[in-house]
Amino acid sequence: MKEAWLFAAQRISAMVLAPLVLLHLGTVLYAVRGGLSAEEILSRTEGSLFWGTVYGLFVLAAAVHAPIGLRAVLREWGRWRGIGLDIAMALFGLLLLALGLRAMAAVL
Amino acid sequence: MAVLEVEIWRGGEDGAWRSYTVPHRANQTVLDVVTHVQRHIDPSLAYRFACRVGMCGSCAMTVNGRPRWTCRTHVSLAARKGRVRIGPLRNLPVIRDLAVDMAPFFEKWRDAEARFVPSDAPPEEPVRPDEPGRAAANAGIECINCAVCYAACDSVAWNPDYPGPAVLNRLWTLVNDRRDGDRDGHLDAAGAGCHLCRSHQECADACPTGLNPTAAIAGLKREVLRRTLGGRTRERRR
Repeated sequence: MKEAWLFAAQRISAMVLAPLVLLHLGTVLYAVRGGLSAEEILSRTEGSLFWGTVYGLFVLAAAVHAPIGLRAVLREWGRWRGIGLDIAMALFGLLLLALGLRAMAAVL
Repeated sequence: MAVLEVEIWRGGEDGAWRSYTVPHRANQTVLDVVTHVQRHIDPSLAYRFACRVGMCGSCAMTVNGRPRWTCRTHVSLAARKGRVRIGPLRNLPVIRDLAVDMAPFFEKWRDAEARFVPSDAPPEEPVRPDEPGRAAANAGIECINCAVCYAACDSVAWNPDYPGPAVLNRLWTLVNDRRDGDRDGHLDAAGAGCHLCRSHQECADACPTGLNPTAAIAGLKREVLRRTLGGRTRERRR
């Protein structure tokens, strides 16, 4: 039932991502009006429980969602199968998680 | 007399197209064209057919790039500028000319155990033709096992493990059939492969009997998801 669990994980992470991506894009549009500065960004994010929660969820969902999709692409178009691919994708997910959390830590 | 320029695949996987000129007749089917070539031009042409009336599922071939049941496909529908190119089905090993080895198609069917499993006792209530579960099963029941969907499907081409639209369509009819005794077994079998469907709907587009395997597979994905997350699924609908 591994495939069924991966399917479930990808669909649920997509449900989490969909509103967060819209929120993220909306924030980008809002943030760049009248120029973009580090102070402005940091003043919004530093010590904010709200933005910490939003981007924490975002990073977690992306780290689950992206490797499952990439796995499907590599299986079908790259003809790569088996445990090696699964390990590589798990590592890719951990990499995304680490990079995302590191970026969050820098602005929170 | 009007003539048709026909190209037919000759040989195995490494064969080649060969051209034939065939008389063009009214209401002529693609199978009529192939039969004319074999009877009047080249008796060594290998192809498969049986009933000639769209019931047996033997005569499927690729006609101008599209998988079709050739006995029910009029040349006037398939020809482009008086030309017809007839090849073997995609996604199956070519034996010779227009005959493919159907074994992989039926082996996947067998491996998924996509067949009716009698329950210990008959349903307590009679099965009404219009109850939702029976209607869902009926929607997919007229499959003739022609492998047109299997040839049309890109997911089959990309994934050797993918059981294909016909097998999953059959599983969906069984999952909805209250008389069947192994709903969970069918869902487990579907769960091993239904997620490889990319919902391109090539099967539904190509199915000669007008079935919609994509919808059946979407139903399977839904029920497998429910079973995966909840441990049990909704009872069969009455």
